[in-house]
Amino acid sequence: MRTDPGVAFAAHCPRGTVESAMTTSFPRRFTTRTQAALAVERLAAEASRRLGRGSGEMIGGKLALRVAPGMLAEVGSQRRSACVSATNGKTTTTRLLARALGTLGPVASNSGGANMAAGVLAALSKPPFDAVAALEVDEIWLPKVAREITPQVVLLLNISRDQLDRSNETRRIAAMWRELGGELPDTTVVANVDDPLVAWAAAGWHRQVWVSAGQNWTADAMVCPQCARLLHRNDNGWWSECGLARPEPIVAVTGPRELRWYGRTIEAHLDLPGRVNLGNAAMAAAAAREFGVEVDAALAAMTGLGDVQGRYQEVVLGERGRRGRLLLAKNPAGWVEMMELLADAPPRPVVIDFNSQTADGRDPSWIWDVPFERLGGRQVLVTGERKEDMSVRLAYAEVPHSVHASAEDAALAANEKVVDVVANYTAFRDLLVRCSR
Amino acid sequence: MSRGPSTTRIALIYPELLGTYGDGGNAIVLARRLRWRGLRAEIVNVAAGSPVPEDCDIYLLGGGEDAPQVLAADGIRQNRAIARAVSGGAAVLAVCAGYQVIGESFPSGGEIHPGLHLVGIETRRSFAPPETPPPGRAVGDIVVEPDPRLGLPTLYGYENHAGRTRRLPGAGGVPLGTVQRGIGDGDGGTDGIIDGRVVGTYLHGPVLAQNPALADLLLSWVHGALPPLDGPPETVALREARRRALAVS
Ligand SMILES: [Zn+2]
Repeated sequence: MRTDPGVAFAAHCPRGTVESAMTTSFPRRFTTRTQAALAVERLAAEASRRLGRGSGEMIGGKLALRVAPGMLAEVGSQRRSACVSATNGKTTTTRLLARALGTLGPVASNSGGANMAAGVLAALSKPPFDAVAALEVDEIWLPKVAREITPQVVLLLNISRDQLDRSNETRRIAAMWRELGGELPDTTVVANVDDPLVAWAAAGWHRQVWVSAGQNWTADAMVCPQCARLLHRNDNGWWSECGLARPEPIVAVTGPRELRWYGRTIEAHLDLPGRVNLGNAAMAAAAAREFGVEVDAALAAMTGLGDVQGRYQEVVLGERGRRGRLLLAKNPAGWVEMMELLADAPPRPVVIDFNSQTADGRDPSWIWDVPFERLGGRQVLVTGERKEDMSVRLAYAEVPHSVHASAEDAALAANEKVVDVVANYTAFRDLLVRCSR
Repeated sequence: MSRGPSTTRIALIYPELLGTYGDGGNAIVLARRLRWRGLRAEIVNVAAGSPVPEDCDIYLLGGGEDAPQVLAADGIRQNRAIARAVSGGAAVLAVCAGYQVIGESFPSGGEIHPGLHLVGIETRRSFAPPETPPPGRAVGDIVVEPDPRLGLPTLYGYENHAGRTRRLPGAGGVPLGTVQRGIGDGDGGTDGIIDGRVVGTYLHGPVLAQNPALADLLLSWVHGALPPLDGPPETVALREARRRALAVS
């Protein structure tokens, strides 16, 4: 999902993150124009934080880019950096990577979710200017950003349908990424072999680290990105008649808490829930290795990250002391991931908060691709601007449910004091803002 | 011809290729609406690449992207199962890319591809003279007032397509309805086609989830008179919400 400039997550201040560990400014000479732009960026960021508009990162970065368009290359190209891109999981993976790289020293990272050029610039505009960078980059913006800063490593996780009202662009994104690899001869790509679109994109790069991070959503990768024939699949992978096939991974998720890592088996205990986050951690650890971080140190640093911008966090819902664990599911692939995560935990009541604003995608049809039948047996409560659409979906899934005016009302109607709240993008953002007031 | 005595078979054609917009939901809706009436239903998932069976009662084709749409059309044209089933009394609901596929021809990747010839429509990127720029993609909520002879209430849905569609001169059938909001087929102000038991439309959503009366019309064609079924109440609430949100009467 492209993070709309006006809707950067504002409310949650990450606790104890490595990116706040700043040292003194690196004595480097920027052009006068870039120095002015850095000042503009800081002023604007401060102003927008005070006004409560966005995280501040974004607005400052935007203004700075206008003052000095070459600035991204100037602040980014002479340091070691990694870019993380995907439809789902890029924020979490960036946070995990920042933690792992933090074992080496200060890290620059756009932890606020602002992931287009301006957000990346804002993250790179703070001293020390030689800090290694862990950057979340929007799928479409990745080529533009990566050409400017020539990262040492690029992590590619997955590509799936996100907003249905955009024309379908999954293959176009894969083709853009593939082309980018040809322009970055010194960059290593860390890529998920379980997503055929990603594997095809990464095959065009000069050096790959193949990771099996899993893919529990295959519906958007039925056709070979190379020859448009149907892909074949079995338990061991996927292949196409044109010769494209799942590469052999050097790192793989092999169990709920287990990785195969360069020929040996290691245990991984994260505080983030679910197999999907273990996949994200495997990708981040494989990338951190390229920077010289040992896997044990990387995984140890990742443990202790319990929530990412409010995701997986437990918040108070409303006045009456009800609590909810916040889960983000912004597209069908994300919902299937949350479904697996819910199945791992005690069967609490589930509140579904569902909107269809521009940032969510205006077309809610995709909920019919999600196996909501799996929620059977739980108490299900529905809210959001498109609650009626979700309610019809659940009716046809024969999942009994009730419909409520707000997530707080729903939590109040739940049979238990703690609920799981699964929300899509704007619903999640609004809930987070309300909970942090 | 009397079709299956007890179980209504609903064929979901190539959902891997024609399933981009949740159109698999149409199969769920049809099957549930039979089961909720105490009738038997079976969803036959016709996996992409496999031959289309001839013995189903309702054939569903959904929306898809360009390359998968061509792949699907080529696969379905390997036999004439759907045409033979239709002449034996089966019904077809084709949505979006599927709607384009059931016609004479459709555009994809700069070329014109042959369709299934089930209905007399053709689709092009534009029907305007070559010097005019092609129209933009039709994306957004769509509201259609069905042909009054169908006895159906207003149809709500969502459309997302680049092509424009028109009925060929002398073709059978009638437009499904007139567009109250949105684009539909394009210039003529109508959307879709209904020709015998073949229905084509640009409405997804999925269309049968938002418009249960259309689902029951299809079911009545292949099953005969159906026991009454209210609601479900969730659908009544959804249609009311869409009516208010889209500000149509
Ligand atoms: Zn191929």
